[in-house]
Amino acid sequence: MRDLLGDMVSCLKVEDLQIRSKGKALLDVRSLVLDGPGPTLILGPNGAGKSLLLRCLHGLISPDRGQVIQDGKLLGAEQKARQAMVFQQPVLLRRSVASNLDFVLKRQGLGRPARRARIAELLTEGGLDGKARQPARSLSGGEAQRLAILRALALEPETLFLDEPTSALDPGATQVIERMVLRASSRGVRIVMVTHDIGQARRLASDVVMMQGGHVVEHGAAKQVLDAPESDASHRYLAGGLVT
Amino acid sequence: MFRALIRAAVMALGLSTSMVSAEEPFIVVQSTTSTQNSGLLEYILPWFEAESGIDVRVVAVGTGQAIRNAINGDADVLLVHAKPAEEQFVADGWGVERKDLMYNDFILVGPKSDPAGIRGGADILAALSAIAAAEVPFASRGDDSGTHKAELGHWSAAGLDPTDASGAWYRETGSGMGATLNVASGMDAYTLTDRATWLSFGNKGNLEVLVEGDPRLFNQYGVILVNPEKHVHVRAASGQRFVEWLTGPDGQEAIASFRLEGQQVFFPNAQ
Amino acid sequence: MQGFASEFSAAVALIFEGDSELWAIVLLSLKVSVFAVLISALIGMPVGAALAVARFPGRRMLIVLMNALMGFPPVVVGLLVYLMLSRSGPLGVLELLYTPTAMIIAQVVLVTPIVAALTRQVVEMLAEEYSEQLRSLGVSRLASVPVLLWDARLALVTALLAGFGRAIAEVGAVIIVGGNINHVTRVMTTTIALETSKGNLALALALGAILIGIAIAVNAMVSAVSLRAEQEGLRHA
Ligand SMILES: Nc1ncnc2c1ncn2[C@@H]1O[C@H](COP(=O)(O)OP(=O)(O)OP(=O)(O)O)[C@@H](O)[C@H]1O
Ligand SMILES: [Mg+2]
Repeated sequence: MRDLLGDMVSCLKVEDLQIRSKGKALLDVRSLVLDGPGPTLILGPNGAGKSLLLRCLHGLISPDRGQVIQDGKLLGAEQKARQAMVFQQPVLLRRSVASNLDFVLKRQGLGRPARRARIAELLTEGGLDGKARQPARSLSGGEAQRLAILRALALEPETLFLDEPTSALDPGATQVIERMVLRASSRGVRIVMVTHDIGQARRLASDVVMMQGGHVVEHGAAKQVLDAPESDASHRYLAGGLVT
Repeated sequence: MFRALIRAAVMALGLSTSMVSAEEPFIVVQSTTSTQNSGLLEYILPWFEAESGIDVRVVAVGTGQAIRNAINGDADVLLVHAKPAEEQFVADGWGVERKDLMYNDFILVGPKSDPAGIRGGADILAALSAIAAAEVPFASRGDDSGTHKAELGHWSAAGLDPTDASGAWYRETGSGMGATLNVASGMDAYTLTDRATWLSFGNKGNLEVLVEGDPRLFNQYGVILVNPEKHVHVRAASGQRFVEWLTGPDGQEAIASFRLEGQQVFFPNAQ
Repeated sequence: MQGFASEFSAAVALIFEGDSELWAIVLLSLKVSVFAVLISALIGMPVGAALAVARFPGRRMLIVLMNALMGFPPVVVGLLVYLMLSRSGPLGVLELLYTPTAMIIAQVVLVTPIVAALTRQVVEMLAEEYSEQLRSLGVSRLASVPVLLWDARLALVTALLAGFGRAIAEVGAVIIVGGNINHVTRVMTTTIALETSKGNLALALALGAILIGIAIAVNAMVSAVSLRAEQEGLRHA
């Protein structure tokens, strides 16, 4: 389908999505359609339900009500296999940096020489040259986050979820990641990314989802949501007030 | 690391096959701790093994357990000292024939201070009665072994039932002769032991021989080939050869030449 | 005991004389226990890992049972294995009683629950941490078992060493199924039992000292392994 439709990016849709715990809705999204051409950035205060939403979209938790639809089909194993996710707290395997990437590449059935070449390529892309043999668990926080992103990219997903991937990065590394994200997006990968960095949202987003208390309070073009938010909650969040 | 483990496993496998050379013929002999602890078997077996090429594997346990193991089919030859039980074993068809092999004797040992005042006596029944009257510690095997059976026989011949005092002055160790001697040595108790184990025992401490020489203390050993009709796997030919050697002139001579601290302790008496 | 000092110096002398009988016994002990632990690893690790990741009715019960088996009295294990391997037992035809193989079997029965229980604990903890990440990478529950085992390798080596410690120091089971036959199934612990019963405390002490030495070496390896784990940031906490 991708070949036929050229640059057409996959489309994600949720309808009447609910996740409940102890009688309380943690996530309650009436309707959300992600079909814009560029990256979607999700913003909102701590505990708003951003991570929950990503895990739902990625099929890691099944909602108590409602469903996730990708390209017109219910989210199933086949759809999930074409997604990748970088967790807010990435889990790196207890092996070397290169083996963490190799683990993913091997599962795609690549031969040894092809894997070796791809690993070198990825490490260069993430600025981790020379770290190939280091145990992944001994990387610094920022390096670990970069490796997690490279590992997700190695899956060559059509949809990439990123949960605050630059929260621990220095400005230079943040730029590296942002460039990687934009490059992936321009290749036709759907990017759904959570951030608390409003500047980053301005730099990357084509559309912005504003969340609060488990609800999507606003969704629209980046410029509009960031510069002229409609909801009160968005206003306060962007102004730096504490939103609960 | 796992590769190293696997390599080690393969190595161990190779080693384990070489651990037991299956080619060499062998027999399993269920015997008692007294014949092993004294060193008698270790002393005479090399002669038989050199002559016959048969490896004799000795499992030394109490007489009761040795007989039970043999009934289970886990022995080719039984070499123990509890004549009534041995005769029962043969009568029940488990053994082919019981042959007298040798005897040694029991002795009563106790602390040098001798609180029951039995030193120098030659009457085992009188000595046991004195111990019971004085209620001084006595360590019993308590393990259904030949020695234990002999000891119980003497108590009842003296008209006593020491198990009434079990846990008080009568201490049942439930262990082998050596372990029981260790207990006696540790708590200055009297105990009945075979002379061979006593002489080769290395931890005598305060103990010494107090009563010996009573004919009732003679201890007859028998040897029995396990019945191949009951257990088809019994290595009857090799076992028979061992029994014949033991009861023949070569074996009897070997037994007679065994010395502990310069003393003969096993007296061959096969017919 | 007034003889302790002299027994002890005799023991030290025995060790340093390099008595060949003594070292043959030590070597057999090591072979039997190393082999037993390797087999226990092959059985216990997959079982433990499966119990950690699989979900089925009765799983809790199995885990409780396995933990209880860890403390099973060796003598009872020895008796059970004897009854199996005895000529009148179901496996009698294999002619394994009174061989090193019988001792290996008894030790496998003793050590496998330890390896399985510790593996389950370690892998379950790791699985909790890895679960979402592995699912995100498209790894199925079953396929996650080797991944988890490999990533828990350092903790698992510790589990194996713990099992080895139990195996090599055990006497009750191996004396029943091995028979303590000279040059065939006589290992360190059964020799200690025998020599103690002969009142030969020096040889018993010498072997005891070697056993303690092995225990210390094993523990040193455990701490070296966990030190390395720490340095590599492989700690599972
Ligand atoms: N398993 C759970 N049981 C109960 N409550 C949960 C569970 N998972 C998440 N929550 C709650 O749901 C809410 C949303 O959590 P979520 O992780 O999505 O927040 P977030 O928007 O990603 O916040 P942050 O910006 O801090 O990462 C939080 O209040 C959290 O405590
Ligand atoms: Mg979050």
